[in-house]
Parts: sequence; structure tokens; C-alpha cells
Amino acid sequence: MVEINNLVKRYGAKFAVDDISFSVGDGEIVGFLGPNGAGKSTTMNVLTGYLSATSGSVLIDGIDISQNPTQAKKLIGYLPEQPPLYMDMTVLEYLNFVFDLKGCQENKKLHIEEICNVTKIADVKKRLIKNLSKGYKQRVGIASALVGNPKFIILDEPTVGLDPKQIIEIRNLIRNLGKKHTVILSTHILPEVQAICDRIVVINGGKIVADGKTADINGEINQCSRYRVKVSGPSKLVCALIRNLVGVTSCEVYGEREGDAFTYTVESTPNIDIRKNLFRALADKGWPMLGMEPVGMELEDVFMRLINSTNENIKAKGGRK
Amino acid sequence: MLSIFKREMHSYFTTSTGYIFLAISIALSAVVFGITTLMIQTSYTRYYFTVIIFMFLIFLPILTMKTFSDEKKTKTEQLLYTSPVSMTGIVMGKFLACSAMFTIYALLSSINFFVLSKYAVTDFYTQNPPNVPMIVGGMIAVLLVGMAFIAIGVFVSSLTENQFAAVIITIVVLLFFLVINLFNGMIGWYPIRIILSWLSIFNRYQNFTYGIFDFGALVYYLSVMGVFLFLTVRVLDSRRYR
Repeated sequence: MVEINNLVKRYGAKFAVDDISFSVGDGEIVGFLGPNGAGKSTTMNVLTGYLSATSGSVLIDGIDISQNPTQAKKLIGYLPEQPPLYMDMTVLEYLNFVFDLKGCQENKKLHIEEICNVTKIADVKKRLIKNLSKGYKQRVGIASALVGNPKFIILDEPTVGLDPKQIIEIRNLIRNLGKKHTVILSTHILPEVQAICDRIVVINGGKIVADGKTADINGEINQCSRYRVKVSGPSKLVCALIRNLVGVTSCEVYGEREGDAFTYTVESTPNIDIRKNLFRALADKGWPMLGMEPVGMELEDVFMRLINSTNENIKAKGGRK
Repeated sequence: MLSIFKREMHSYFTTSTGYIFLAISIALSAVVFGITTLMIQTSYTRYYFTVIIFMFLIFLPILTMKTFSDEKKTKTEQLLYTSPVSMTGIVMGKFLACSAMFTIYALLSSINFFVLSKYAVTDFYTQNPPNVPMIVGGMIAVLLVGMAFIAIGVFVSSLTENQFAAVIITIVVLLFFLVINLFNGMIGWYPIRIILSWLSIFNRYQNFTYGIFDFGALVYYLSVMGVFLFLTVRVLDSRRYR
């Protein structure tokens, strides 16, 4: 179990991570989600002992990483944002080095062979790392995190800069890792966490914005009903009309245009079905409805909302910079 | 520590760095040796040992420039610092690898003395054969000064991620330690002169070149190594808090 308690990391006067707490249970795959500069990498760097915290503590299986770094680090495999590869070594030499560096006890040859097979780098293991493609380098990085079979695997933006096929492969790999290890990964790509993670921790501006099961957050999203409606008619009047209907919380012009018809995004409170009223109201005015489809809210929207709401909260409180 | 040592050695010999270092250092030593002994027809090695430590300024930075600046630049330090190895272990691994390379140089350059013993059986002026204690003392001094310089170079490398800057700063710092006693003549105030001559690497070095084993100097060189390696550890550790 990884526990982060009231972690603060300050660079000069700037708070990169501002008092965050969360814990990750054994066997979980947790996605650490946030926009660029939210404090994801800083948190991971503190978590792995690369940086030390300004205040607060990190406990890896109950071992404080600042008090007993050697013991705590033995439990962690870390892939930083930029894989820490020595370009002048072959893949095999590099993994052997990492094996020795971590002081692993396993049978060296078998263990490294197994890791090469898991990460599918067996066919390039005799090649110099500098000659590998970005995707393979990333995999070698993941392989190095796996050396020594650590209990916790921490991956910082593992799919950044990869092509779509490689992304899918790496995601599958991570999902498989999750069967044996506890995985914490950071990303700014939402579908990624939706696809891989059991739990999502959203961070912005150095603070945790949301923390919950992926399914819960998806459920939250589905509570709000949302439709995309195409109506032929003057856009301002149509918008005004729809907004005045009972149960409608917002109506925006979505922007797609077909002749004189516009597409609108209409949101309503969850317990009221506005569809019939909407149809009748538009028919009365003589503005034909050309189409209507329900839209599931993307995590992206929730994410933006969460972030906006915390930004407002921070502003409201007069906020620390 | 051992794994880091092994990686460093591997790196010296798979990239050109190690070969460049050995080629330049051995070539320079041979030239200096030729000029200071064979050309002036003497079997007296003191001039060689005196001049050679100034050559260290040129070739030792090749060994030390990359040690930490490169790790920082390529971010491979993240692997080292998140591994279950202490900072002291990392610094020592790198220091010992540099020292091992330097020892290889010292051993290879000893071939000069065999040449000397073969061709300068007797000194042109004094008719003496090469003085073995003087040579042994000189070599011990070379190793000690070299390792002290390496510790300084490793320290400088931990300060910057620019290899070129590391080279320049190392040269300046080493030069300072070498010529510090030259200022003695210019300074009238006695306490400063004492401090300067105490700090001088060169003053203590000279006894060895006469074949005298100076225990105080040994302690001094080990202290220089210790202080700079300790500072390196502190610099790297403190960076984590920034």
C-alpha cells in the first residue's frame, strides 16, 4: 500500500504540489490525471524518492521513503517521463546493469529473459538503445521498471509520443501488469485512464480535484442527460425557446451548420425527460427538428468542470500561488 | 556501488572517451618524459614528475567531465537516484571508475621507466643509474594527486549539466590548487602564506619526487579526496530538496 499524507513540494515560492493526500491499495491500477503542469510528475518524483518533499510523508508499505529510502526504493519500479536509458548500452547490457543496481536476488538470466518477453523487446535485446525507435525505448524503460519484480510500478506518462498501435500495445501491457503489481500511472489523456484504470485521481494546480472509482465517475457523468439536436430556424430564437423549457439547464449552439439548420447541445436535469416537450415546442413555432441524439458526457467534460470549479474555489479563497 | 563502477568502466570502453583519455594521456606523458629525461641525457626523473602533474590539467577533465553532468542532462540520474543505492555509493562508484582508468594510465605510462632503464643506464652528468625509490615515490605521488584531482573533477561535474563548462571549471580549479603557492612570494602577511602553502597540492608533491615518503602529504591528499567527494554527495542530495 502506498500512502501519501499532506504532501507539499515547493520550488522556490511556487507550490508544485500543495497538500495532497491519497492512498493506493495493493493490486489497484490507479490513474493520476491532470493537465500539463498540474504536479503529476512532481508527485511521482517524490513518491519514488527522486525528489524530497517540502513537507508531508510518503509511505511505501509502511516504510517512509525519506527515513529509509533504500528499503522503500526496493519496492518500487519507476519509469520517469523520459526513460532513463544509457544510449551507449545494448538493451541486454542495460537491463543487466539495472538488475545489479537494484541488487536483485532472482536468477538474472531467466528474470531478464522473462521481462523481455513480457514487454516484447526480446527481438531487439542485442541492439544499442540509441538505435531503437521511441516505442521500443519506452518499452525498455518499462522493462527496467519491472526488473526485480517490484510490488509497485509507477509510470509517468507511459504512452506519450507513441503511435496509436504502440499506445494500444502499451496499454494492454499495463493492464496485464496490473494483475500482478500495483500500478500508478500518470497521464493527461482521459480515454487512457478510462481504458486502463480501476481508480482515478484527478489533480490540478497541485491539488486533488477528484478521487474515485472509474465506474463511479462514469456513473456521475451519466446522471446528466444531454442531447444533440439539429433544428432548422433562427439560432438565437431557437436557443431562447429551448432554454425556457422545463428541465433544461443549458442550451448552446454546437456549431455544425447545414443550410439554415444548426446543431445545439441541450442539457437537462436527470429526472425530467424533455424530449417530447422539446419536439412540440419546436413544432408549434414551425421550426422543424431535423435530428436528435443523446450524447454521453465525456470524462473530458467532467474533468474540465472539476478543474474549473476548483480554480474558482482557489480564486474565491484568495488562493496560494 | 559495484554496478555503477562496472557501468562506468563499460562506458569508457564502449564509447570513445576511455580510448581518447588513454591515447592523450600516454602520448603526453611520453613526450614530457622524452623531453625531461632522454633529451637532456639524464636518468633523473624529478623534472618528469614535476611537469607531468601540469599535464593532468589537460587530460583528467576528459575522465571526470561526464560523470554527473551527463547523467543530469540525459535524465538517467532518475534511474540512479530512485534505485536502492545510497548517494555515497553512486559517487564512490563513479570516483573509483575514474581512478581505475587513471591507474590504467599510470601503469601503461610506466613503460617510460623501462625505456629509461634500458637506454639511460648512466646519467650523462652524474653517472648514476635511474633512482628506483625516486621513481616509485613519484608514481605513488602521481596516483595520489591524480585521485585528488579526480575528486575535484567529479565535484565540478556534479555542479553543471554542461560537459564543456565542467572541463573549463575543472581546469581552472586544478590550476588554482597547483599554482597557489606561487602567490606566496607576492603576499607579505605571514598567516595567509601559511594557509596558501598548506593548501598547495604542489608543495607536498615535491617531497615524493625526491623519493621521500611524506605521511602528512598522504593524509592531505586523502583529505582532499574525502572533502570533495563529500561535497559532491551534498550537492547531489541538496538538489533533491530544491
